[in-house]
Amino acid sequence: MGMTITEKILSKSAKRLKVIPGENVWLNVDVLMTHDVCGPPTIDIWKREFGKDAKIWDKNKLVIFPDHYIFTSNPHANRNVELLRQFASEYQLPNYYDVGTDRYKGVCHIALAEEGYNVPGTVLFGTDSHTCTSGAFGMFSTGVGNTDAAFILGTGKIWEKVPESMKFTFDGVMPPYLTAKDLILQILGDISTDGATYCAMEFDGEAIHSLSVYERMTLTNMAIETGAINGIISVDDLTREFLSSKCRQDYEVFYSDPDAKYLNKYNYDVSKLEPLVAKPHSPDNKDTVRNVQGTKLTRCYIGSCTGGKITDFEFAAGILCGKTVKAPTFIVPGSTLVAKQLEERKLNGISLKDIFLNAGCNLAQPSCAACLGGPSDTFGRAVDGDTVISTTNRNFPGRMGSKKSGVYLASALTVAASAINGVITDPREFIL
Amino acid sequence: MENIISGIAYVLGDNIDTDQIIPAEHLVYSTSDKEELKNYGRFALSGVPVEQAGLPEGGKNFITSDDYKSQYSIIIGGSNFGCGSSREHAPLALSVAGIKAVVAESYARIFYRNSIDGGFLIPFESPMKLNCAINTGDVVEINVEENTIKDLTTGFRYSLNSLGSVYEIAQAGGLFEYARKSGMLEK
Ligand code: SF4
Repeated sequence: MGMTITEKILSKSAKRLKVIPGENVWLNVDVLMTHDVCGPPTIDIWKREFGKDAKIWDKNKLVIFPDHYIFTSNPHANRNVELLRQFASEYQLPNYYDVGTDRYKGVCHIALAEEGYNVPGTVLFGTDSHTCTSGAFGMFSTGVGNTDAAFILGTGKIWEKVPESMKFTFDGVMPPYLTAKDLILQILGDISTDGATYCAMEFDGEAIHSLSVYERMTLTNMAIETGAINGIISVDDLTREFLSSKCRQDYEVFYSDPDAKYLNKYNYDVSKLEPLVAKPHSPDNKDTVRNVQGTKLTRCYIGSCTGGKITDFEFAAGILCGKTVKAPTFIVPGSTLVAKQLEERKLNGISLKDIFLNAGCNLAQPSCAACLGGPSDTFGRAVDGDTVISTTNRNFPGRMGSKKSGVYLASALTVAASAINGVITDPREFIL
Repeated sequence: MENIISGIAYVLGDNIDTDQIIPAEHLVYSTSDKEELKNYGRFALSGVPVEQAGLPEGGKNFITSDDYKSQYSIIIGGSNFGCGSSREHAPLALSVAGIKAVVAESYARIFYRNSIDGGFLIPFESPMKLNCAINTGDVVEINVEENTIKDLTTGFRYSLNSLGSVYEIAQAGGLFEYARKSGMLEK
């Protein structure tokens, strides 16, 4: 019996010839990532458990991005960043990206890709559920809590139950009104928020491999929304090209065997799919944009690790160019590199940034911002009575702020089209 | 881990996500400062919509007044309990509030791991949904060896799935204790 790409990578990490779904194995971790919300409690546990002489297993493999609660006056939130700062300086950490310096990057999952930490065939753990994003690079990546992260920090090892794999194949040519976000919302609607619990989600097919690497990250990012342990897409020429300027090391490429075993397989033809939303209050509450067209909006939001990549802003700018928004619209670049690209990249001779400003959007500094609500002074945070359309990944009650707000999840194309009309709008109205 | 875990049940619906268990704005308190830690108990389950708080009637506060300890010590959930973010603050908050065990039909992976590895509470799986069989306020008793839960208020007994391969970690009290016991880490 052959193995899936996930099983092969886990075998390598466990130093085994073969692993079998369902068994617990001890993995050797290649990179541990943490941020300002979960970093300080992880460090606390690590100190408590390993005592005064606690040692970091490998400083070069620890990567820390403050990104969640950073532009706020909340004293507790600022204390967390200060704790990371002290930790990084005490241990002389090479991979700490402090806010307020020119090393600052922004949202961890985007920064991991941009800074070359995503390496095919390797194993990455992070104290953030969307760590599965990195799977777009043919690697195993997943989120863990603070105790597990503290264990990795001291030993470089962690146990994991080998997942069964589910395969999602998308064939056909992507129509211009469709994005990766629509594909993952389709899957979520079909299998629901626990449809892939503890499984590996493997994405394949010509439509997937035609997507840019950043678009692929939207799919693997939201694998966790189905309960999956990881999302994964095998390496192809586009991945190699992306990595050529970023990856500092050689890497090993794995593919699923033709006779690998899957729990189940789903096949889609992208030419038959249409723009979708997830209605409040769950990412699997799928509907077509057509069906909810006309819903009045009080806020539009483009940002986060799912929907704040440069490709998302290119989609949005294509629609917003020369137009003005009717509903308050908040633009949050995922990283400092994305913010820079918004100034550099042009459409019809105008920078993306100016397209957004001319359209009347509000622009913020790169960070997680209102994707997870956050302290009361967080940019773009939803208030009582808000109806929001957002490119983010979760719309649980209160996720973006007030419990008395409702959030529709959608692609950057759909959010931009909706911003112009002030009501939920099918992007096909603006794409010929 | 005690063999008998008993207490008053607090019943919730399906898909209780980590934002409902501990809303993101509260993730800023220190987890090592004893006084600040109480805030996690104080705000535990504060994100659950009122009508779903304490089923079947709803409207039952998990934490009353300004306290950080709940009168409830066992949560009965439905499917996909603990979905959402990786925040270990979720099982931590429940544990600070006095929760010893959760019984649910299924769990999101990270919440399940965090509960076991952090030694915060025992996440039991039930073969069928018990959140429509047990009511908030019922006194329940879990027998770990027998893998059963008994509702002392109604007299009904239900089976639970065995903890399987995580039993030893739960029994040791968490990942670090387990690793020390099994010789992976120095004592
Ligand atoms: S942008 Fe949102 S989903 Fe992504 S890491 Fe930040 S808070 Fe989490």
